[in-house]
Amino acid sequence: MILVLGYGAVVLPFAAALIALLSDLFPRTVRAGFFLLLAAGGGVSVVAGVGCLLTGGIVTGQLGLGLPGLAWHLRLDPLSGFFLAVTGIVVVAVACYGPAYVRQYQNGQQPLSALGFFTGIFVAGMQLVLLANDVFLFMLAWEIMSLSSYFLVTYQHQHAANRRAGFLYLLMAEGSALLILLAFGILAAFAHGLTFGALRAAHVPVEWATAAFVLALLGFGLKAGLVPFHVWLPEAHPVAPSHISALMSGLMLKVAVYGFIRFVYGLVVHIQWRWGLAVLILGTVSALFGVLYAIMQHDLKRLLAYHSVENIGIIFMGLGLSMIFIGTGHPVLGVLGLIAALYHTLNHALFKSLLFLGSGAILLRTHEGDLEHMGGLIRRMPQTALLFLIGCLSISALPPFNGFVSEWLTFQTALQVSVLSNTVLRAVLPVSAALLALTGALAATCFVKVYGVAFLGRSRTRRIRHAREVAWGMRVGMGLLALLCLVFGILPTLTIRLIESVPRLLLHRGLPSASVHGWLWLTPVSARVASYSAPLLVLGLVLMLALGYGLLHPRRRRAAIRRSHAWDCGFGGLTPRMQYTSTAFSMPIRRIFSPVWTLKEQTEVQMDDREPLRVAGIRYQLQISDRIWPLLYEPMARGLQLVTRRIGRIQTGRVRTYLAYSFFTLLLLLWLVR
Amino acid sequence: MAGSLTLWSLALLQVLVFIAGAPLLTGWIRRVRSALQNRAAPPIWQPYRELAKLFRKNVVLADEASWIFRTTPYVVLAATVSAAAALPAVATHLPTDAIADVIVLVGFLALARFFLALAAMDVGTAFGGMAASREMMVASLAEPAMLIAVFTLSMTAGSTNLSTAVGYILHSGLVLRPAFVFTLVGLLMVAIAETGRLPVDNPATHLELTMIHEGMILEYGGRHLALIEWASEIKLMIYGVLIADLFLPWGIATRLTVPSLLLGSIALVAKLAFWGGLLAMVETHFAKMRLFRVPEFLNIAFLLCLLGLLSHLILEVAL
Repeated sequence: MILVLGYGAVVLPFAAALIALLSDLFPRTVRAGFFLLLAAGGGVSVVAGVGCLLTGGIVTGQLGLGLPGLAWHLRLDPLSGFFLAVTGIVVVAVACYGPAYVRQYQNGQQPLSALGFFTGIFVAGMQLVLLANDVFLFMLAWEIMSLSSYFLVTYQHQHAANRRAGFLYLLMAEGSALLILLAFGILAAFAHGLTFGALRAAHVPVEWATAAFVLALLGFGLKAGLVPFHVWLPEAHPVAPSHISALMSGLMLKVAVYGFIRFVYGLVVHIQWRWGLAVLILGTVSALFGVLYAIMQHDLKRLLAYHSVENIGIIFMGLGLSMIFIGTGHPVLGVLGLIAALYHTLNHALFKSLLFLGSGAILLRTHEGDLEHMGGLIRRMPQTALLFLIGCLSISALPPFNGFVSEWLTFQTALQVSVLSNTVLRAVLPVSAALLALTGALAATCFVKVYGVAFLGRSRTRRIRHAREVAWGMRVGMGLLALLCLVFGILPTLTIRLIESVPRLLLHRGLPSASVHGWLWLTPVSARVASYSAPLLVLGLVLMLALGYGLLHPRRRRAAIRRSHAWDCGFGGLTPRMQYTSTAFSMPIRRIFSPVWTLKEQTEVQMDDREPLRVAGIRYQLQISDRIWPLLYEPMARGLQLVTRRIGRIQTGRVRTYLAYSFFTLLLLLWLVR
Repeated sequence: MAGSLTLWSLALLQVLVFIAGAPLLTGWIRRVRSALQNRAAPPIWQPYRELAKLFRKNVVLADEASWIFRTTPYVVLAATVSAAAALPAVATHLPTDAIADVIVLVGFLALARFFLALAAMDVGTAFGGMAASREMMVASLAEPAMLIAVFTLSMTAGSTNLSTAVGYILHSGLVLRPAFVFTLVGLLMVAIAETGRLPVDNPATHLELTMIHEGMILEYGGRHLALIEWASEIKLMIYGVLIADLFLPWGIATRLTVPSLLLGSIALVAKLAFWGGLLAMVETHFAKMRLFRVPEFLNIAFLLCLLGLLSHLILEVAL
């Protein structure tokens, strides 16, 4: 029964993709039908996922599709159930948001049918990855997901920048697929068969297991956007339509996390602490660099894409901690780390999708993606502004929202170092926790900037001044995500009780200590070590707010509160251009951490011709670019070019030579296969 | 049941005393500072008079102010009081201590700061943005330093719950831990930066360009300003009590009997008087730093806290 629901989660988006092909004939009906089917697919996958988490059962199935002799093996277990539920929630929200959002593309240069078709295929591909139980199906679904999202990135291919971003994305996606295939290949060499069960049963020597782990870390890390493989992310995510950005940033990166967890915890099984250390270091670096690069951006969607790098880093920190504790023989703490990582996965899917949908709402109404041109949107789009604020609070890891809970759990995991006997590990873990604290504080700075510059203050351009609130469907989509951000922030204990069945499957133990004191209290290790009661805190906050407002707000006075001009130092005439901009806001951070970026700053002062001491104008230019390009990718590209040019010499252009090549290759092969 | 009711009412009482007493600490600091600077001092209850005056006054809002600006004072006060509630001040093992540990406390202070910075940007002036940007810069360097300090202590005590940590330190007696020395100095520096005191920020300045915290609340007036002022007085007290709890917990009531509670209150007053005197000394002896010296100051705090952590790991755990 539950597996049928799982099939539904794949088939319904696929059906949606098929009917989207008709959207040029009956645009209105098809659009409604498409998003209904997509929402149904999302809903079904939430039901299947949550059902599987509640029962903790494993169901497998086999379909006679695909190549002869290689049937598709499918399996729904708590791990895939968790990710199915996460995907489903975001897909439902996007399906509510979509109808009003895609209307803008109706009479555009590109057919709407292409957008719908590839969206459906993309979602179906992601769900199929989660259900796959053999290497063949996994790679097939993985490629469906990667290739369909390539077409979504390049949907507006009239802009050269989008084509370039699409190419970069395709290159990285294929590189990642190749590495993952090699990682599976190593395991498969020791196994009888290609199903995951066979791979798990294989006895892989430690050296080969380590090689497979490294390949998997690189492959899934590339797709998830860990530093230094993150370069495609800030290029590709912003150029796609916003609801697709939400799906890509909120979900596709999570599918990569799923792949990594499945590979390491589900297939390799014998986890070494050294692997965990590598994952922890990569995660910490990604978190810190992601947020530092994000602060410097002023394009909203690009900034959000860099924040995805940060959050993926935090998820991998949790995984790294978990692997370290498992590898050193402390499985209970390993469970805690895994739960922290999974919790953050859920949270990031929610708030990042919410923020991308919010930025899409701004784009739709103002056609403006640059923070420097926004301002005062809270008065034009009040409800979007409120929902976006919830997203900002959640991603900044502020209590009582959901982002805080998962970071708190990560902190609690990192603080349990006293059980470790290795002194290096004992020093590295708290330092990484400290860097996580720095990351959190910088993220808060970044989102004060985003919200303050975009939504508060005065409108900087005419287009912003004439913005209107978006359609109700879009607000419902965002509202659903915002509500869940709050719910998962307030009820962490119940959430953990659900997530618990994942470690129960992978590590054969749960975390009973977390919920031993009832749903009010979250006590990850024991009540003595740490406790947190979000419901009571929220109750206290709400009571205090109500009390303060009730006591202080004048009831009798009918006259409105007096309004006046803000303080202008007595000169008068404040203009929107006098406000702090996004670049100005991040200037102190830029100055403190300046070695992190490649900065090109130019100031030209133009003097007045008639009065030599009077400044006529100042021109300031700032260019910030990613250090990784000149350090890693440009040398790599140059080397590749050099090598290919060398190899290119064998292309003579004469048929005889090519025939000779074929002949000798054939001989060689015959000799080899003999 | 009656026992738990007594406990909860005691906890509530502790919070009420905490927030009602906070302006007194500010008055005390001003008095000591005046004495050190050979000035005639205002009465110690002057902050209460100021709050009362502000509560009576009407609110004037800037033209551009949205609902963020109007709700921020309430959110800031509520978040700060929540942070205060999590802190064992007079007695340990009250039920409110278990609701939030020290990381949550830091999180609530961050929540208050987030809203204050947003409110500063809400009015759309350069001052607000400038102050918000600087405040967030200071905070993003101070918060990790503070968390490292807290981590060191919680690793020593094996708990991030403040009550448990206090109990552990009391139980282990007077031991000179090198980690604590580094951490104490680092945490003091962080506290000075976070509460907006000299030499990082000047709470009494009237020059817009030199101030951070005061720049953010430039547009506030009436009851809104009163709430924010009160919240920052509570915040000052939170840092005092936190440092006292972690480094000088002696005297705090661990059993809920009348004499021990009395002793706890007296000890708390003495410790806070000392903390206020220390702040006043620092404020008298140092001039305000240039803004871009502040990161260096905070980096030193960060390094000291990190040194504390490492010396804990190397010197204490290894033994």
